[in-house]
Amino acid sequence: MLTKDQIAQRIAKEVKDGQYINLGIGIPTLVANYIPDDLDVILQSENGLLGIGPFPTEDQVDPDLINAGKQTITMTKGSALFSSAESFAMIRGGHVQLTILGAMEVSENGDIANWKIPGKMVKGMGGAMDLVASAERIIVAMQHCSKNGQSKLLKSCTLPITGIRCVDMIVSDMAVLEVLPEGGFKLLERAPGISVEEIKSKTEGKLIIEGEIPEMNFAN
Amino acid sequence: MINKTVKNAQEAVQDVFSNAVLMFGGFGLSGIPENSIQALLAMNINGLTCISNNAGVDDFGIGLMLQKRMVKKMISSYVGENAEFERQLLSGELEVELIPQGTLAERVRAGGAGIPAFFTPAGVGTEVAEGKELREFDDKLYLLERWLKADFAFVKAWKGDTAGNLIYKGTARNFNPMMAAAGKITIAEVEELVPAGELDPNQIHTPGIYVQRIFQGKNYEKRIEQRTVRK
Repeated sequence: MLTKDQIAQRIAKEVKDGQYINLGIGIPTLVANYIPDDLDVILQSENGLLGIGPFPTEDQVDPDLINAGKQTITMTKGSALFSSAESFAMIRGGHVQLTILGAMEVSENGDIANWKIPGKMVKGMGGAMDLVASAERIIVAMQHCSKNGQSKLLKSCTLPITGIRCVDMIVSDMAVLEVLPEGGFKLLERAPGISVEEIKSKTEGKLIIEGEIPEMNFAN
Repeated sequence: MINKTVKNAQEAVQDVFSNAVLMFGGFGLSGIPENSIQALLAMNINGLTCISNNAGVDDFGIGLMLQKRMVKKMISSYVGENAEFERQLLSGELEVELIPQGTLAERVRAGGAGIPAFFTPAGVGTEVAEGKELREFDDKLYLLERWLKADFAFVKAWKGDTAGNLIYKGTARNFNPMMAAAGKITIAEVEELVPAGELDPNQIHTPGIYVQRIFQGKNYEKRIEQRTVRK
């Protein structure tokens, strides 16, 4: 099984030079640590910043400079600051090319659920519904199964959904999968030490397996 | 030049009434109108509808107004940092409308800009779409969302002048500019208040036309929710 950092590391390999990227809270935030130095990308924070830099040193901490997870941050050279309306105009307008976010469930047709557990958790959707409705490419970082072993890659979501037919790729702690436009999870890679059979038994939705499935390669 | 200066937060908020609709700028605890919230807490009002991206934390920001049961309804996008909020919501004491963050920002922008409604893709196919008009444009479905306006909007800026012009700092800008425009009465608090003419007109984020009252805030705590540093 992959650790959270390994999931982030694998997702970072999907990042392309020159992209504008929005990273969600949790594992997606870690992706920034693994983007190769030779790629020039700009990270968008939906609370109003293009150009998220590293976390600040103790003496750089500024309460007026935070990311969407409310963590203190710095700005890179060439950053731009703007309002929330402008921020979501660039998101809805399709200018943010890659969105990486977490999920509680994904269905085989690409629906995602990540904002609400009725009667239990009511944190709200934040910017997730806007992001998944408009991003060019959406990659989900998630655990393949719940704590008691139930698959989170489903035929259809059981939780209230965040967006329909929007997920392009999933990197779970067990596998890398592409969500096909016609429906189904196409298995691309296995986590080290995880067999195709195991992935099959832990995937409730339609799983498509073609030929040999390689193990993930973490070398760049 | 019209002078919009008031003495302090108490004077600025004195006519806020029970059951009013209020907007609060800020994202998390960044850029929230700390002084106005403190002054509201000292008033004997309730039944408020509060429009704010977040609901503060248990012991700071709008969270304090929830503790005092001043709030009837919250309209927000993310309320994860507030246990009292979650308790009141699950027990049914508090009415809550959760809406996508971009939709919230645009509904407030629309309110200030005189646009009664607009179409957005956010929330199509989800429970946010329930009861709302769906329409197809160029092969994609969109939801009709309406403007939001408020009786009072509370905003916080870095610098301001006596004419009500405002400049924000960092990511503390967030919802403040749209809310400034969407309030019938907009109350701005600033860290530094200067005479009209001292701010560079090229750098103004919120033109003074949107601001009815402005005051120099004090004792800013600027609490950090997730202090994250690199070693």
